[in-house]
Amino acid sequence: MLGLFIAQVLNGLLDGTYYLLIALGLSLIFSLGGIINLAHGAFFAIGAYLAVLITPYVGYFGALIIVPVMVAGLGMLTERTLFTRFYRIDPLYSLLLTFGLAMVIEQGLRWIFGASPQNYNMPDILRGQVFMGDFIYSRYRLFLIAVAVAVVAALWVLLNRTSFGRIVRAGVQNPEIVGSLGISLRPYLSMVAGIAIGLAGLAGVLLSPIYTVHPAMGAEIITLAFVVVVIGGLGSFWGVILAAILVGLTKGVLVAVGLSAWSTSAIYLLMFVVLLLRPRGLLGERILRFE
Amino acid sequence: MIISNTSRRGFLRTSVAGLALGVCAPAYLRAQAAPLKIGHLTPTTGFLGPLGEYAQMGIKLAVSHINANGGAGGRQVELIMEDSVNPQTASTKAERMFERDNVDMIIGEISSASCLTISQVAARYGKCFVNTGGNSDSLRGQDCNRYMFHVETQNSMYVNAEGAYFKQEDMVDGKNWYTLTADYAFGHDLLSAAKAFLDANGGIVTGEDLVPTDATDFSSYLLKIRQAEPDVVALNLAGTQITNFFKQYGEFGLDFTVGGFGFDTVAAWAAGAQNFRGTWPNVWNHLVPNDASQAFVKTFTDEYGKPPENQAWGDYNAGLIMAKAVTEAGDASGDALVAYLESPEAQFNLMKNRKGYFRPTDHQLIQEIYAITALPASEVQNEYDIFTTSEPLPGADEPLEALAQSVTGGTCSF
Repeated sequence: MLGLFIAQVLNGLLDGTYYLLIALGLSLIFSLGGIINLAHGAFFAIGAYLAVLITPYVGYFGALIIVPVMVAGLGMLTERTLFTRFYRIDPLYSLLLTFGLAMVIEQGLRWIFGASPQNYNMPDILRGQVFMGDFIYSRYRLFLIAVAVAVVAALWVLLNRTSFGRIVRAGVQNPEIVGSLGISLRPYLSMVAGIAIGLAGLAGVLLSPIYTVHPAMGAEIITLAFVVVVIGGLGSFWGVILAAILVGLTKGVLVAVGLSAWSTSAIYLLMFVVLLLRPRGLLGERILRFE
Repeated sequence: MIISNTSRRGFLRTSVAGLALGVCAPAYLRAQAAPLKIGHLTPTTGFLGPLGEYAQMGIKLAVSHINANGGAGGRQVELIMEDSVNPQTASTKAERMFERDNVDMIIGEISSASCLTISQVAARYGKCFVNTGGNSDSLRGQDCNRYMFHVETQNSMYVNAEGAYFKQEDMVDGKNWYTLTADYAFGHDLLSAAKAFLDANGGIVTGEDLVPTDATDFSSYLLKIRQAEPDVVALNLAGTQITNFFKQYGEFGLDFTVGGFGFDTVAAWAAGAQNFRGTWPNVWNHLVPNDASQAFVKTFTDEYGKPPENQAWGDYNAGLIMAKAVTEAGDASGDALVAYLESPEAQFNLMKNRKGYFRPTDHQLIQEIYAITALPASEVQNEYDIFTTSEPLPGADEPLEALAQSVTGGTCSF
């Protein structure tokens, strides 16, 4: 029984990585531009559908590289044509914009591909299970987690060890001063939106082999990703990671002890408690312009 | 003067048409008093959306066939379709259809919860509602309604059919069952029917988990199932959750017998031959080997480019049944239709071996159903024919109502 519990805890820890890529992107776009991107899940769905479309030609691993780039391109286009008009006004408007965008994309997918789920399988090389003592795990999920960890590490390096990252972080704290130093944030805003939305596309490819590819798949995952961002604290890189792990763990443990019916509500309860005790989120930074 | 072939034909056609209009118009118009208006409500978004899309294809095809064959009781059929979204919206839209669009009846729905709210509105207006996808027993039991008819088979009938299969495979008496149940009305209802069956037949429930309807990941459940080592894993899930489960069950390499008591073929198609497994009950499927079914499959495939799902069968047949009812009753009022549908003459061809009828006590369409069994991936020829179908259930020597006995969900009184 103890073995099972440890297995569940481990699984819970890993479970969080599935939301991580999406939550990090959400957090990035919000911190820099102040836009709450409700369409983020829709870009995740676009990633999954593109994977279904191009895998027959380039294979799974080809899709894993090409799709995020394509979705990132779409993201930059969206930023240039839509987001850019909403940076300086009430966030409520961008909320409405992205909410509408999410509906348009979801219905667009339904129009083009139909409501029926698409068939998508994992590559044979990643099939099978890995045994670690009593703990069994899917080989595909280990691959998924390895990719997620690598991408998150690369993102951290980009934000913390490069001049690009320095400007982005400065822009998060105080865009006016960055501007007065003669640095235009515009290209950075586009690139950050590209990276963030590209991550959602990557998550779409990674999760398609184990989840159902259907038009509403974005709506299914976006709420939980939001909860992760809110618990972790807006603008905090490590906060999002910590929250993703906490959320996965909460779910896993509740299922393990037989309270699976509460596994979703518990996450919202967790958010409620965190917001009561730390309204800024667990590791939320103080961002002056949002206070 | 030279009159070309085409223009002479054109001239003839015009004059015949003009003549027909002049001579017959009054009678024709009297017979056509007003079109028969059918409202169609079903969820086309959300987790039941894939089924709703097939439902809409089915009813559209039915209406075009009815109209091509002279309409219902001489009246052309006009179809108004909407997304029912959720029980509250379904109720509002049903209200609007009856009040503003003056529909004569509503057909459709998949969610049992929405069926309940629509049926309440229909009863208030004294019009019929034909449920084509809601399985819940209580809709035929304590929540039954004089104006509601069920083309979809109810949970208990699926449980009895699937149970008979497992009994025959010796997988019930003294065997350990692990159930995963969707945490809403449909799942709970199905779970109680399943437990009643297991209790009566010596099956043991070793584990049961309720799954929140928004859960997409089953890894924690799969680890528990692996530990419990059941003989049978039984699913009371719905929509895309079934597909997610299939994909992840294969991913974790579990090999216990899988089955369940409610199923739609779209979930099998979405999971694909590599992941789909087990034996499942089914109201009808595109492999049912009789001429009527295969003719329907052909027409449907010609029209939409893919074979019909069981939900398309439901809405297509509901359309035909109601057109026949309007013709026979000579009136589309709720009471006239109820009187006809409850009468012994109301027997319907359902593309199955035996005709079906609505049981007067609960308005359940009593009919043959099927069980489908996954084919090994190596034997699969194309993305749709990934299972085989059983003979009709109940067997030819049993009474048609055999599966519709000892149902749960309370007693119906109209």
